[in-house]
Amino acid sequence: MAGRPLLEVEDLVKHFPLRDGALGRLLPGRRRVVHAVDGVSFTVAAGETLGLVGESGCGKTTTGRLVLRAIDPTSGRIRFAGEDITRLAGRALLPFRRQAQIVFQDPYASLNPRMTVGRMVGEPMLVHGLVGRAEVGERVGALLETVGLLPEHARRFPHELSGGQRQRVGIARALAVGPRLVVADEAVSALDVSVRAQILNLLVDLRERLGLAYLFVSHDLGVIRFVSHRVAVMYLGRLAEVAPTDVLFKRPLHPYTHALMAAIPTVGDGAASIFDEPGRLIEGELPSPIDLPRGCRFKSRCPYRFAPCEDVEPALAPIEAGHAVACHLHAQGGTP
Amino acid sequence: MTVRPDDLPAADVVLDVRDLTVEFLTEEGRVRAVDEVSFQVRRGEVVGLVGESGAGKSLTSEAILRLIRCPPGRLSGQVWFRGRDLLRLSEAELATIRGGEIAMIFQNPGGSLNPVFRVGDQIVEALQLHRPEPRRTLRERTLDILGRVGIPSAAARARDYPHQFSGGMAQRAMIGMGIACVPTLLIADEPTTALDVTIQAQVLALIRRLCRETGVAVLLVSHDLGVISQMCHRVLVMYAGRIVEAASIQRIFHAPAHPYTQALVACLPGAGDRQRLGAIPGTMPGLRALPSGCRFHPRCRLAEARCATEEPRLSRLDDGHLAACHLAGR
Repeated sequence: MAGRPLLEVEDLVKHFPLRDGALGRLLPGRRRVVHAVDGVSFTVAAGETLGLVGESGCGKTTTGRLVLRAIDPTSGRIRFAGEDITRLAGRALLPFRRQAQIVFQDPYASLNPRMTVGRMVGEPMLVHGLVGRAEVGERVGALLETVGLLPEHARRFPHELSGGQRQRVGIARALAVGPRLVVADEAVSALDVSVRAQILNLLVDLRERLGLAYLFVSHDLGVIRFVSHRVAVMYLGRLAEVAPTDVLFKRPLHPYTHALMAAIPTVGDGAASIFDEPGRLIEGELPSPIDLPRGCRFKSRCPYRFAPCEDVEPALAPIEAGHAVACHLHAQGGTP
Repeated sequence: MTVRPDDLPAADVVLDVRDLTVEFLTEEGRVRAVDEVSFQVRRGEVVGLVGESGAGKSLTSEAILRLIRCPPGRLSGQVWFRGRDLLRLSEAELATIRGGEIAMIFQNPGGSLNPVFRVGDQIVEALQLHRPEPRRTLRERTLDILGRVGIPSAAARARDYPHQFSGGMAQRAMIGMGIACVPTLLIADEPTTALDVTIQAQVLALIRRLCRETGVAVLLVSHDLGVISQMCHRVLVMYAGRIVEAASIQRIFHAPAHPYTQALVACLPGAGDRQRLGAIPGTMPGLRALPSGCRFHPRCRLAEARCATEEPRLSRLDDGHLAACHLAGR
């Protein structure tokens, strides 16, 4: 896409310090930290959806929160519409808050049970001074219709709504201030199959109608494939591979991307099961994000591990236009 | 007399559920959460029970082992397992079957292990209940089992407490505990829903392997159609407390007869490069306000006048394929 991307993230790092026990505080030495996000760079263009996929603990949710400045990064840089927002604070953040919003995973926990839908959706508009008290009801009604609810729903409380309806309220609340970027953090993961499809269709419709950009965080590759223009695969705090969606699914390069795709049960012909094929699935589990391995983070589970993987962490390097991978196998001079 | 899902050779049938009904007494009266469900599971077969939340699939699996508190619950129907109706056994008789001939694993592996005992000791205890053998033999058998379910350095890990296990390891330990007594039937209720995909794949591959190697029959409850498709030989689709379709895995995914199954399959992302997913309007009805006639008719794109008045019975389309729809097979 031409022009400057809407969101530019550069070498973003977030380390959460571990709370040491009494002995730990007395002993000298380096404080231990969880390397939740450990040097991540990507961009999202206006109107584009970047899917961020990975397993639990890989740092994808933390990345989404960092981008929104909901938590402060340890280091790195975040630019939004060309402006560096990494160190903005207080009122200086307000214009950014109006342009970047979030939809959460759990439509039960993310809505205040004591507020009506109308108040929840209307409050952001009032806080940002986008409408006067007189017009807010009308605007809320129109917005509820946009997300497939009725204006009458404004008077309801969350407990009166189904899971799908609640998630529509969550989306309406995010859209209330007219954002350009929405971080969708596992936004359909808690929903049943038939309702999930409704919400995915809605998110795609809204993107086309309102020109929204999404950072779509999910562990579900099927969902990611459906909504994303580009996909970033994350493993243990770093990006393993970034590619346009069709390229990634046709020609995944990183062994972890392979492993992830091989492990996903998709509807097959029923004749054979992926779970019966020996050697298809990777062994082992994610290493601890506290004591990171030397060299490549994936090496303990990688079937293609070779000498360079032991000591040198591979950098995310472009293979072709828009397709980058962090793997020695695909680096210059690497032997596959 | 309802139509039986299958009439299989009796020798192969491990579990034969007939008109199983689960009701609850609530302040607003009696509610039927599972309504006259009938099916069979054969030796060496994985049967999937699929549906959305509230369909009654977990209750069905729990009712088989009578894990539902009664009252407020009330179970009726028959659950035949090796010549005995489990619904009519005494608690003491049932206790010898639970964890012995029938093993069960649940969604939350961490919550199913006792946090204050070592994992190895818990498996030894499970073995001891069903096989009175010397403790040393049981210990050896425990290590062997932990190895078989893929726990590395089993001897050391057996001394760990559950909190030292990851979710995947805990679920392996649960499966290990389940198969320790060589069960005839394994009931797995959303066994991998709490796990990551690469770990889920390892655990599911383990269940498939056990089924192949030991001939254990598996009843797998899942909301995930992908998991069902790769794991099962036959599938039962539940909606609002009833089985609406039962068929082989090929039929369910490639020639589904019930409009609900058809719509569910169309909801899946990843099937081709589509711009829109097929979505089903509305949500599953609550049990207190079930629609008249066919329970699916308010959401069904094919509904006719009689669907609103007449409840369709589960009927046979052809060999082993059943559907509860007035329009199926027409």
